[in-house]
Order: sequence, then C-alpha cells, then structure tokens
Amino acid sequence: MPPSVNMVALVSVGRHPQSGRSRRAEQDGRAVEMGMNLSCDIDGQLSVVHVGDSKEPVLRQYAGMGLDALTVLEQDSGLDVLPGVVTYLKETKANLVLTGVRAERGESSGMLPYLLAEQLGWPLVPRVAEILSIKEGEAQVLLALPRGQRRSITVALPFIATVDNAAKGARQTAYGPGLRAQLNVVESEDNTDDIATSWDISPAKPRPKRMKVVKAKSAADRFKAATAKPAGGGGRVMKNETAEEKAQAIFDLLKQEKIVR
Amino acid sequence: MILDWLLPALIGVLLVLAGIGAVRRMNLWRAGQAEKVDFIAGLMAMPKRYLHDLHHVVERDKYMSRTHVATGGGFVLAMALVVLVHLFGVDSKILAWALLASLVMMFCGALFVAKRRLNPPSRLSKGPWMRLPKSLLTFSITFFVLTLPVAGVLPDGFSLGVIGGWVFTLVLSVLILLSLGEMLFGMTWGGPMKHAFAGALHLAFHRRPERFGGGRSTGLKAADLGGASHGVAKPSDFKWNQLLGFDACVQCGRCEAVCPAFAAGQPLNPKKLIQDMVVGFAGGTDEKYAGSAYPGVEVGHAKGGADNIITDGLISSDTLWSCTTCRACVEECPMMIEHVDAIVDMRRFLTLEKGETPNKGAQVLENIIATDNPNGYSPASRTHWAADQNLNVMKDVKQADVLFWVSDGAFDMRSQRILRAFVKLLKAANVDVAILGDEELDSGDVARRLGDDATFQSLAKRNLATLSKYRFNKIVTTDPHAFHCLRNEYGDFGADALLSISGESVEVLHHTTYLNQLVKEGRLQLDTFKGGKVTYHDPCYLGRYNGEYEAPRELLASLGIEVAEMERSGYRSRCCGGGGGAPITDIPGERRIADMRMEDVVSTGAELVAVGCQQCTAMLEGVVEPRPVVRDIAELLSEKLKEPEKLKEPEETIEAEKIMEEERA
Ligand code: SF4
Ligand code: SF4
Repeated sequence: MPPSVNMVALVSVGRHPQSGRSRRAEQDGRAVEMGMNLSCDIDGQLSVVHVGDSKEPVLRQYAGMGLDALTVLEQDSGLDVLPGVVTYLKETKANLVLTGVRAERGESSGMLPYLLAEQLGWPLVPRVAEILSIKEGEAQVLLALPRGQRRSITVALPFIATVDNAAKGARQTAYGPGLRAQLNVVESEDNTDDIATSWDISPAKPRPKRMKVVKAKSAADRFKAATAKPAGGGGRVMKNETAEEKAQAIFDLLKQEKIVR
Repeated sequence: MILDWLLPALIGVLLVLAGIGAVRRMNLWRAGQAEKVDFIAGLMAMPKRYLHDLHHVVERDKYMSRTHVATGGGFVLAMALVVLVHLFGVDSKILAWALLASLVMMFCGALFVAKRRLNPPSRLSKGPWMRLPKSLLTFSITFFVLTLPVAGVLPDGFSLGVIGGWVFTLVLSVLILLSLGEMLFGMTWGGPMKHAFAGALHLAFHRRPERFGGGRSTGLKAADLGGASHGVAKPSDFKWNQLLGFDACVQCGRCEAVCPAFAAGQPLNPKKLIQDMVVGFAGGTDEKYAGSAYPGVEVGHAKGGADNIITDGLISSDTLWSCTTCRACVEECPMMIEHVDAIVDMRRFLTLEKGETPNKGAQVLENIIATDNPNGYSPASRTHWAADQNLNVMKDVKQADVLFWVSDGAFDMRSQRILRAFVKLLKAANVDVAILGDEELDSGDVARRLGDDATFQSLAKRNLATLSKYRFNKIVTTDPHAFHCLRNEYGDFGADALLSISGESVEVLHHTTYLNQLVKEGRLQLDTFKGGKVTYHDPCYLGRYNGEYEAPRELLASLGIEVAEMERSGYRSRCCGGGGGAPITDIPGERRIADMRMEDVVSTGAELVAVGCQQCTAMLEGVVEPRPVVRDIAELLSEKLKEPEKLKEPEETIEAEKIMEEERA
C-alpha cells in the first residue's frame, strides 16, 4: 500500500542577501525540514524536487540535510518551470506540496504556488508555520500571522502549502551525505517562457519605509507603540458587498498607495 | 632447591604470556586504518626519542624525572640481566653484581614512586596505579634476595632447615609471581606497565616524527574528502598508530592539570578522553577508570567497541566540543600523545557526516560558505576598515615587500583598532606593504577546528590561488590563527609553491615577529612606556603552535616594560577560551575560561595585559570590569611611536577616530 501522504518539497536555488552567492533558500530549506519531520511522524514519504540544472552545487546542500535522493527536472534556465512540475506532481500522485513563499532570485514573485494550485485545482494554504498532524486525509495546520500570532485551520488533502519564515529552521547540512545523495534526473520538455524572454530585468530597489510617528513620553509607551497591533484605522472589513465593490475598494487602495497609477 | 627450576620456569612462562599479550595488543592497534610509517628508522630512533625528547618533557617535573630514570632505567637493566642470570643461568659474578646494582637503583626509584603515592595529587589515577610502587618494590627486593647466592654473597645451599626452606621458597615464589606478573604480564595485558611497552612503540611509530629532536608539528592533517564517510566515527577509523598512541598514556594527568576546559568545569578531561579511546578500541566499559571524571559526568557508564560509534555511548559530543584546541595537553604530555588531532578527527565526523555542530556552529559554517567570513557580512565590505588608511591593494600594485594578511578582524570594530595601529607602525617604518583587499577570504581556521575540513580546504585553495597571482617576500598577519593556517596548514595545498620576488620561498610572520625585526633594524623609534605594571598573555596559536615566545617580550622590553610574568606563561600559557571555535559551540561549564585567565592576570598585580591576538583581546575584554586593560602589542607600540613631524597624522583622521570612538561608546 502506498503511503497515505505523498509529500513533495519544491526547492530552488537561493541567494545570500550579502554576498549574492547561491545558497540553500531560507524558506525552501524550511519546507524540506517540515517535510522531513512530517515523514517521521506520519505515514508519509517525502520527495524533494528541483527544476533546473542538476549540476547546481546548492542541491548538495539540500541533500546534506539527510536526503537519500533528490529529483531534478532538468531544464535550462529561463524556461518556464510550471509545466514540468505539474506533470511531475500528477505522475507521482503527490497530495501535499511544500515550498517557500517566494524564491530568492529570478522573478521572486511568489506566484508559482498560486499558479500550481490553479492548474491542479488544489487549495493553497499560505504562510504555514507548522503542520501539526495529518489524519485521514485532513491536516491540522498552523498559519503564521504577523507578530507571532497563529491561526489554526483544518485542510483536506491534497493542498499546496507555502512555508513561512516562522516555521522551524532548516537543519544543518552535512557535507558527506550531501555528496553521496543520489540525483534522479528527469529530462523535461522545452517550455520556453515567451513572455519572460521579452522582459527587461533590472535590480529591485527597496521601497522606502513609511515613518511611524510615535508621540510617546515614556519608555513603556514607546514599547507599547512598537509592539501593539496597528489599530487599523484605515482598514475596512467588507463581507456583504458585491464582488465589484470589493474589487473597486482594492483598486482604490492600490491607487492611493501609488502602486497602480 | 625447588627455586632452581621454578624461577626460570616462572620467568619463561611469564615471558611467553607477555609475548602473547603483545601480539594481542598489536592486533587491537591493527584495527586502525593504514598509515605509512618508516618502521626501521622509527625503531632505530626510538632510544634517542625516549632519552632526549620524552625526557625533555618529563624533566619539567624534576622529582618525577629522577624517579623515572632510577626506576625505569633500573628495571630495564635488571630485567635484561634477570633473563641472562636466572633464565639462561649465565654464571657470572660480574653480571650478578650488575644485577644487584640495578635492582638497588630500581628500589631507590620505587621508594620515591611510593612516596608520591602516599598523598597523590588529584590529577594522578588511583586504582591499579596505587599498586604499582608496591610491585616495583617487591620486584627489586625479591630479585635482590634471589641474586645474592649467584653473586656469592650467600652460600648456594644455605640452610633454613627443611620447613624454613619450604616456607622461604613458597614466600619467594609468591613474590616472584606477583612482581613478575605486574611487570611482564601486566605490560602487555593492560596493566599500568602497559605504558612502557606501548610507549616505546609509540615513540618509534609516532604519527608526527617531526616533533622529535626539538621540531614542531602542529598543523592538522588534511581530511580525505569524498569517501563513504568522513572523520572518525568509530575507534577503528583512527590510524593504527593513533590507537597505539592512546595506549601509551601513563595517566599522569598532566594534561588534565593544564586543560582550561577541565578547569572551567566543562565536560572535558583530556586524560579521560584518551582512556576512553583505549576503552573504545579494546572494547568494554570505563568502570575501571580510576582518575578524575569529565566534570559533571559520572564514570562507569561509558561503553565502547572498535566498531561502535564513539558518540553513541562512549563519550558525549559535548566533550569533543568543549576543547579550545589550545594544545596545552599535547605540550605537557610526556608520552607525546596527540589529543587535538583525535578531537578534531571526531569533530569531523560530527560536522561532515551528521551535521551536528552545536549552537552557533551551523550558522557560522553556513556564513563562511556563503560569504567567506563567519558573521555573514558582505564580502564587498571587507576593506571598509581601511578606507582612510591609504593602503596599496595587490590587485593594483601586483607586488610588494610585505603582504599584510588582514584576517576577519577587518569586520570587527575592536580588531580594526589593532589593524590601524599596525598599519601606522608599518608606515612609520616605511615598509612597502600591500593588502589583498576584498580578494582575501577567511583563512579557514574556524571551519577546520569545527571539523568542516571541506570548507577549510576550499578556502585554502582559493586563498592560495589569489596569493599566487602576486609577488611578495613576506606575509605578515596580526591574527595568530590565520598565521598558523598560512604557515603550517596551507602547505598541504601548495603554499610551498609561493615564491618571493627574488624567487625564494615566502616567509610567513606574525606581526610581533616582524615588528621586532623592524625595531632591531632601528626602523621604529619608540618612547618609553609609562603606565603601571604590565603582563603578557601568550596566545596559544602564536606560542605553542608556532614557538614564538620571545618577539612579543622583546618588543615590550623595547618599550622599557619589564613583564610581570604570570605563573602560566610561555609554553604553559593558559588559553583565553577563544580557540577551536569554543565561543561558537559554547558548551556550558561552571566558569568561563576567559575569567580564569583574567584572574591569572590580576594575580600578577598588572594594570595592563599585552596580547598579540584579536581573539584573545576580544575574550579578555569580554571579562566584566573592573579588570586590567587589554591591549595588543601593536597598539602599545603605536601609542609610543616617536614620529618625525611630517609624518603626523592629518587632523581629520584623528577627528574621525574620535567620532567613531564616541559612536561606539
Ligand atoms: S595523555 Fe599524556 S599527559 Fe595525559 S595522562 Fe596520559 S600520559 Fe599523562
Ligand atoms: S587542547 Fe586545550 S582545551 Fe583541548 S583538551 Fe587539550 S588542554 Fe584541554
């Protein structure tokens, strides 16, 4: 009987913020960590999958976490990774996908999990801090909210989870096992990303932070101001409005924030 | 008389048993990995190594060295003569008298052994070791009595009457059995006398023969990368002559007495570690161990076998991570055992195979891999400290007399003060100097001590590739750790191929050595230091690792400072606690090593402690105030530099420094 939970962790090549050098990506490492821990606790198996160059040394850093093998869907850089992953997930009958919220290089749009979810028709569970248990096809999941808060939800398999920085950090990678781990290379078809090839790519600039003016007299006040939940004066909860009204509200906000001009 | 045949029979049987034991023991060592050893040369050199090198170390304890000469020398001589006289029955008065004389010598020695055992210091092992002086005395007395007739002092058939004769024979036989049992049987079957047998062979087949004859060999051996496993997981993963070395331990506890981690109450005792290694390759438990335990760890629960994973039940990994690699134990060990090699070998397994470097270890290694410095700073900011220093960079000048190896101190504000002081001195002496700038990488010291030899080797190779692009006569560094790597450990990766401008080999120098040369050449004019009392702390990686004890002291003397020496100084200097990645793995103890070192400083009454290492500076300055001031020798010198008027620093730099000082405060 195949294990009831067939997990796939999708990993990418990260980028060190200081040196710009390739590394095991923060969140993807956490996704593998989560998968490894889950496969110990529940009846499940984990496979770790990367799309790209099988000679990439960073893959050994993931393998060094103690993986026997790693699957690489071999393809040139600049190609669309999505079709290959979808085919792979369908073929292997995966029912739980773990991955980072966004990649550390490339577009880094964080869109991949959403596009995957759309194509597979699975729910997307964003910013997972911990998967507490998976029983009878239902997972008990803790979502990470700002300021250390958690929301507990129950999701039915299959689903895609993006792993938040609040999840348990990736374990140390060991040189020996990383070196010896087997790489299963799967050739995938040519999926030229026509749109991306026409793009002009320039380095991102950090957006300036909005100043928060705190008129506090004592240290205690300042502490409160720094830690308190924003009172959310500007926000609005819209439940009963029509979809158009909701969309309009979002559009107005984006305009007001000068994100859309 | 019965003794006439019983004595040779007993000696013969015990010699055979000892022989069998020796073969068995050798087979235990052979469980280790192959290692190239020059057997013949080793055996030939053994007596000299014993008489000269080993004795040189034993000599530090005058009482013990004399005792050992008398006892050991007496015994070896006596045993040889016993075989001739009593086993082969060579009937010679001269031999008999010689035997008597050596037995007297041994007896006198044994008396002193016994005396020291009356109230033994805690570093000595008890148990069977308490029995040894008695066995030694018994041996000398028994054979003395037995030899008297042969020497013609007592008539051959002197009569005690029939019953008296029987009793006498019986008593003598028992005594013979007891003493020969200890001395011959015990030697190869694991008794205290094992140290003589294993010790002699260990001297002959030592893994670092360069250490004999006053040499120094402190660089770690490179790990083989890419195999089915890395580092030492099981006792049988050690080289065979390392196992032999462990067996040579006499449990004198000198290593224990100097170990800073042991004194700080961390779970490490180098003597116990070596004994546990013996338990490991011989199999069994540590129940019979009769010395001090690892602080906070009860004796008797450790189990081992030649093919069992060491950290699964023999020793805890915390023991391995407590070591600062200060080499005090190795320096002090009369048997010249290599504790640090063994500890790092086992760490390699934990880091390279298990990925279990404790505490900040994993993060530091990850940073080194991704940014070539342990704190994960941007590699492009490595030369920021020198923005106002107007230093030549090798990339531009391609060659210089001196290459200043800056080290990771470049990223640390406190260390930067040492770097600037050194640059100021170099400029004052008009030295043609250049730095590598952003091309320099971490030396790999920390990675290597943390067991990550893969990262060390990668750094070493990349650094050497950079170095080989340029021409220079000397590499000078203010960091003893980088100094050690460059000088003693890069050789395995091709450092010897570096050539100076004139085509000779490149010298690697510590800044104190180089500054001392400059002072002697009259290129630096210094004022007299007028502070209070000053003491000097020898950094482990400068002193014990590289033998530089004099230059720092001469430099201090050139400032008119008379060093108030600490009790633990020179080759006996106590570690500051900063080596071997110990501040990173941070194994808890009862005290901090740096605090203990500062107490050493305080006990001299010094108001200032001079050091020659940024890591020592950081560790000692980390001790809570009030405490003596900590200064690198370069800082002391630069403060007392007599500057020709035109070389005065421009006002802005002083201003800038003041502002930075204030910002830091
Ligand atoms: S290892 Fe060396 S110093 Fe330590 S107890 Fe053994 S012989 Fe003595
Ligand atoms: S190197 Fe230093 S810390 Fe390590 S065991 Fe030896 S004496 Fe102790």
